Amino acid sequence: MNRYFWILGAFVALVALLAVGLGLNPRDVPSPLVGKPAPTFTLPVLAAPETTLSPKDMQGKVWLLNVWASWCVSCRQEHPVLVEFSKKVNVPLLGLNYKEVRGDGGFDMSKMPADEEKTLAFQRANQWLSQHGNPYTMTVMDLDGRVGIDYGVYGVPETYVIDKAGVIRMKHTGPITPDVLGQKIMPLLAELNK
Amino acid sequence: MISRKLAFALVFATFFGSTAALPVAAEEAAPLATDPVAEKRLLELSNELRCLVCQNQTIADSNAELAVDLRREIRGMIQAGKSNPEIIDFMVVRYGDFVLYRPPVKGITLLLWGGPVALMLLGFFILQRYLRRRAKRIAADQPLSADEAQRAEALLKEIDHK
Repeated sequence: MNRYFWILGAFVALVALLAVGLGLNPRDVPSPLVGKPAPTFTLPVLAAPETTLSPKDMQGKVWLLNVWASWCVSCRQEHPVLVEFSKKVNVPLLGLNYKEVRGDGGFDMSKMPADEEKTLAFQRANQWLSQHGNPYTMTVMDLDGRVGIDYGVYGVPETYVIDKAGVIRMKHTGPITPDVLGQKIMPLLAELNK
Repeated sequence: MISRKLAFALVFATFFGSTAALPVAAEEAAPLATDPVAEKRLLELSNELRCLVCQNQTIADSNAELAVDLRREIRGMIQAGKSNPEIIDFMVVRYGDFVLYRPPVKGITLLLWGGPVALMLLGFFILQRYLRRRAKRIAADQPLSADEAQRAEALLKEIDHK
């Protein structure tokens, strides 16, 4: 009897272990960048292509960096949440447009000259924002996705919370839901802005 | 007899003839890459790295956009004269230990590396305990004495008669 009790116990423990494991999100890979300075970049601004922006310009402010693209389906899902956020909260929200043209998959990049890609990317991004609303203080354009690699982007949308010293304090992969915003991002922003 | 010798000579000739022809064949199938050494390094490196989009493929196997981009980055770094540890480090800084198919031994991966050994030791422990108990049980099982054997036989006969 005692022996069967042990086997049953081991079985229950295994089931519990598997249940926890299956409940985890395998896409939720902890970013090694949390706690590290935000990687630097100099990228053209969507609204003013002649000017550039770099994270240094944001020094002294708590800000959000949201990675998006017009071809990204989940971005459409989170967009209303961002628009709402930008209306209510006075925290700079920067957009990082990630591979607007070449990420789309619908273009033959080997046949597209660089300047044509650039023009098309700005056009598409602007159109998308005028269509769905623009929650961003500013958007910078990462045409070839190199800055995305520096930020460890592997699935758009992704969002980073960066503190006054320019250190990444949080990374969220996937669309921002009202729950994520209310329970994770807002408390962190309040704490960092103290 | 003569024919057998001839056959042997023929086999011998074909064997050496074909080995001699091998380098020529290899030359025909030259790799398309401009720098085969760099391409080989790229392949080795990207076989060690996990693609984060399709998590159970290496960067070498995956055709996801990110994998293509990362192969391009690795190729660029090889051309820039970066060493393999430097390139691996570039990936780990951005994507964490998760990109490594062979995660390093440290606090958080201790269970991963030590787990199988711990389970094996536990198995040995249980086996040893079981064997000891069994040995004791066997030792305790004394064979029946003559008296007891007689009684047992009597009882069995009694059952048979009924």
